[in-house]
Amino acid sequence: MEVRVANVRKEFDRFPALHDVSLDIKSGELIALLGPSGSGKTTLLRLIAGLEKPTRGKIYFGDEDASQRTIQERNVGFVFQHYALFRHMTVADNIGFGLKVRPGATRPPKAEIRRRASELLDLVQLSGLEKRYPTQLSGGQRQRVALARAMAIEPRVLLLDEPFGALDAQVRRELRRWLREIHDATGHTTIFVTHDQEEALELADRVVVMSQGRIEQIGTADEVYDTPNSPFVYGFIGESSSLPVKVEDGQIWVADRPIGLATPDAPNGKATLYFRPHDIELLDGCNGCIAGTVAASRRVAGTRRVELEIGGGRQLVEIELPIEHPAAQKSRIAFRPRRWKVFPAQDS
Amino acid sequence: MVDLSYTAAADTSPASTVSATTEGRTTRWALLALALVFLAVFLLLPLVLVFAEAFKRGWAPYFDTIIDPDTISAIRLTLLVAAIAVPLNLVFGVAAAWAIAKFEFKGKAFLTTLIDLPFSVSPVISGLVYVLLFGANSVLGPWLKSYGIEILFAVPGIVLATIFVTFPFVARELIPLMQEQGTGDEEAALSLGANGWQTFWYVTLPNIKWGLLYGVLLCNARAMGEFGAVSVVSGHIRGLTNTMPLHVEILYNEYNAVGAFAVASLLAGLALVTLVLKTILEIRYGHAIAASRGH
Repeated sequence: MEVRVANVRKEFDRFPALHDVSLDIKSGELIALLGPSGSGKTTLLRLIAGLEKPTRGKIYFGDEDASQRTIQERNVGFVFQHYALFRHMTVADNIGFGLKVRPGATRPPKAEIRRRASELLDLVQLSGLEKRYPTQLSGGQRQRVALARAMAIEPRVLLLDEPFGALDAQVRRELRRWLREIHDATGHTTIFVTHDQEEALELADRVVVMSQGRIEQIGTADEVYDTPNSPFVYGFIGESSSLPVKVEDGQIWVADRPIGLATPDAPNGKATLYFRPHDIELLDGCNGCIAGTVAASRRVAGTRRVELEIGGGRQLVEIELPIEHPAAQKSRIAFRPRRWKVFPAQDS
Repeated sequence: MVDLSYTAAADTSPASTVSATTEGRTTRWALLALALVFLAVFLLLPLVLVFAEAFKRGWAPYFDTIIDPDTISAIRLTLLVAAIAVPLNLVFGVAAAWAIAKFEFKGKAFLTTLIDLPFSVSPVISGLVYVLLFGANSVLGPWLKSYGIEILFAVPGIVLATIFVTFPFVARELIPLMQEQGTGDEEAALSLGANGWQTFWYVTLPNIKWGLLYGVLLCNARAMGEFGAVSVVSGHIRGLTNTMPLHVEILYNEYNAVGAFAVASLLAGLALVTLVLKTILEIRYGHAIAASRGH
């Protein structure tokens, strides 16, 4: 099922949580809504589900205007952050709930509901736990039951709110791989919310990066990582270093000298240069480069982080060097970013 | 430094294994004794006295009082009033608690205060309000009387006064419970296609059933035992508008101590049954009760 969010705005008590958000999701895609807390990602998910009504704008499922429909009519599978399993029901009853509450004509017989429940338990690899109560399950198992329950109603769209938020790191990684497998096996259009960029980049076909109620960038993991389109995305996804620069006639200047990077389209004036600390080339002679004095050097796992003072110590910038690299011993290092981007300086 | 190493060595002695929140033996015994003496003097002793007085002259006078038509009628009226007031307060209580715990609306704080009103107002005043509303000099009283409806000094007045006094029990029990549980389970049920009624019946009600039952038991105990408000509106007509507590008073004022205490022992018995029921439920379903209060 294709999902289209068209110019949606949402206000809570006149305070805007989403400003004019539009998003097209293809059928069968696995989409991550990624952003810091307060970016509006959960609000967007709840709007798609029908748990909230948009202040303006529409949401389409295929050609159908879903914003006119109640949450029951939308037929979405929603997995809540804290699972919201019904604690007085067994695992099997939880999974069968969506089928049990169907109106008479479309409600499967009891035996059929039981069969579906145990089929779904097999799918989420919890066979044999039908009679357990949610309190008797671990966090990871509850998560799986919640997903099975959401899938039992044959949803048109699967929506997950911070699906791994309450789990420890080990279980998170396992479940992440497992969710991808389930998605590939069932082909549901799936949207999940996360604040964990690693999770989003690893799992999703496309990542929607959100900040302050707006969509900053939509793209594959490669696109948002390699070609971030805003300072926010640069800073939020992956490591980044930034340096205030000046653009003059398509050339980038740091302080009083050009650094050998050309940006023909950028307007003249103050700007900020963004690059990845590991994506640089070290230079011997400085014929157009960024040069700085080593201010600090730290060992971080398999690499060495070096903090450089640029232009007489006023600016600090971080780069990454291989452990064995001779430059790590030097007091002065010259380098040039391999992949980079300049954004006009913001007035602030 | 020397002191520190000394403390570390002393850590192996039994005294230092006592946790920080535990008091010494003397303090514990003193507190326990105080609580027990208080309970014995103010709760247990009166209860024992009620039964002792009731059976002072043996079983025969006791049963004579119980099978007296006026007593039977009082018992019947008390049960009738409870049978009307408790279900109504169950419905009102759940509705009010639902509204307060699950919705945001203007005047919520006011509604919460209003629910507490019967607790903070003297029962006599609660009764007087109905006298003012439905009495001979009121607006409503004569008008209703012209249609043949008697409120004051009749069963409807007693029921109204009892509902008023016992209103907070169910709501007060449920509001914190429902607030703590939030709306997550309801949202889950709705997203799975359940309609409002199914959500209430299959999800909300099971989540609150123990709190609800507890509220109903308390409500019932008070409905049967209410004296002040009912006394004002009842008119004390023997065999017609006398409830058990009122009947106890009448018998006592007639110097019929055995009769008064016999009826009182019945009331006390009802209270004990309520307590025992509650305890059995807690033992039998302790796990489920704990679970319904959150993971």
